[in-house]
Amino acid sequence: MLMALAFYLFAAVLTVAAVMVIAARNPVHSVLFLILAFFNAAGLFVLLGAEFLAMTLVIVYVGAVAVLFLFVVMMLDIDFTELREGFLNYAPIGGLIGGVLLIELVLFLGGMMVAPASSAPRASPVREGVSNTQALGEVIYTQYIFVFQAAGMILLIAMIGAIVLTLRERTGVRRQNVAAQVGRTRAQAVENVDIKPGAGI
Amino acid sequence: MILIDFFSWLGLPYEVSWTIGTAAMILALVVGLLLTCAFILLLDRKVWASVALRKGPNVVGPFGLLQSFADFIKFVAKEVIIPAGANKVIFALAPLISFVLAAIAWAVIPVAEGWVVSDINVGILYLFAISSLGVYGIIMGGWASNSKYPFLGSLRSAAQMVSYEVSIGFVLITVLLTAGTLNLSKIVEAQAQGWFLVSHLFPMAVVFFISALAETNRPPFDLPEAESELVAGYQVEYSSTWYLLFMVGEYLNIMLMCAMVTILFLGGWLPPLDIAPFNWVHGFFWFFIKLWAVFFLFAMTKAFVPRYRYDQLMRIGWKLFLPFSLVWVVLTAAYMLATQQPAAG
Repeated sequence: MLMALAFYLFAAVLTVAAVMVIAARNPVHSVLFLILAFFNAAGLFVLLGAEFLAMTLVIVYVGAVAVLFLFVVMMLDIDFTELREGFLNYAPIGGLIGGVLLIELVLFLGGMMVAPASSAPRASPVREGVSNTQALGEVIYTQYIFVFQAAGMILLIAMIGAIVLTLRERTGVRRQNVAAQVGRTRAQAVENVDIKPGAGI
Repeated sequence: MILIDFFSWLGLPYEVSWTIGTAAMILALVVGLLLTCAFILLLDRKVWASVALRKGPNVVGPFGLLQSFADFIKFVAKEVIIPAGANKVIFALAPLISFVLAAIAWAVIPVAEGWVVSDINVGILYLFAISSLGVYGIIMGGWASNSKYPFLGSLRSAAQMVSYEVSIGFVLITVLLTAGTLNLSKIVEAQAQGWFLVSHLFPMAVVFFISALAETNRPPFDLPEAESELVAGYQVEYSSTWYLLFMVGEYLNIMLMCAMVTILFLGGWLPPLDIAPFNWVHGFFWFFIKLWAVFFLFAMTKAFVPRYRYDQLMRIGWKLFLPFSLVWVVLTAAYMLATQQPAAG
């Protein structure tokens, strides 16, 4: 009863927030609705008993990715009316992608409804007495460690690529040399000068 | 837990006793937190004053003990001013989010054995998740104010908090590798043989303490509210209760960081030595004393360390703490692998 109530609450808020992400006029509001959507998705994960995934969702998407989104969107100088003009041009492609996703969902859920037995083995149940954090750890870090490492390597390459693309050597910039700053002594920094009255240094 | 047992003992059905017991626990926690917050604020000002050879608050009540309550009444009685052109909804939401996030993180903190509102088994991840959300109150407040100083303050704060979360995350990983659990109560119990402070985790405790200063915008890393350049940073346009919510939220966050240092490195509710005079005292008092001791360090740091330059702040976060804690994660993992059998089950 309470679980069902919580599920409908999270699901309803999630759907509304997701619609508002694309419907909101102000991009900052869009990002804030996106955060609300992430939060409710995390709530759904908790209801499913996947507390580790819920926390990871909040940490990674809400705590880091969305902050950067917000950071960028806040600093953009956007003309909102200009942004709206392209809407009709992109609407058919967007509708097509949406339609494909909808058909996929219907097929997937239809399969589950019609023949629940055939899709049952694909879900791997957690063994008794093992928290799902540990179960995930066993799967990712023990069973599929090389695949996981390869995924990490691809991300690393993408990151290095992004840095290389944006890195440019700028001339005429004074760089901070922390070792030199810390290593400065009193004798180098301060000089006592005896100035005669009326004469400068 | 104790309360739930008490209400079941009274003969109520489990669901009812759970609801009443949990509600009572939350109420006790919030009241306790706000009272502690009032006195910790006073301690902060007193320590700062003593270092500067001043008296600090000394007029309201004996030794100024009631100063925070007088300030509270003053804040509440003031008028709310919303700047023209501010985004009203977000402007109002920001302090609320700041305060609520700071408060709900306390739900998983075990203040004594079994004294915890929700003893979830991903407690440390929950804490990390909630503390990484603290930035939203600040960033929303700064943006919604529609004013230059708050905006600059919130941008600084966003960059700073995101940077230091990374090293905090790695410190947490070393701790949970050593303890072998994500549950905060079990992390405390894992320190029965000796606090994590006096183990291979000592450097991580130092990194965590400094990162906690940056994460909570405490001096010497209080650049988001650097008064000499940004007036008061993201709080400039706030007044009355809305400002109060920001400030209380900030102090609750600081207390949370102190509590995390206590739990992760100082053995939480455990007495320093498990011998006669020490273990007579209830665990709650040990937790409380440790919390105040760590806060004293925060207050002393505020009193005598000058503010960092922004590039130095970023350098410490990304070029020193991140590689160092990453290496320490690897070393800790290797050490655990070499010295211990993998935990069964």
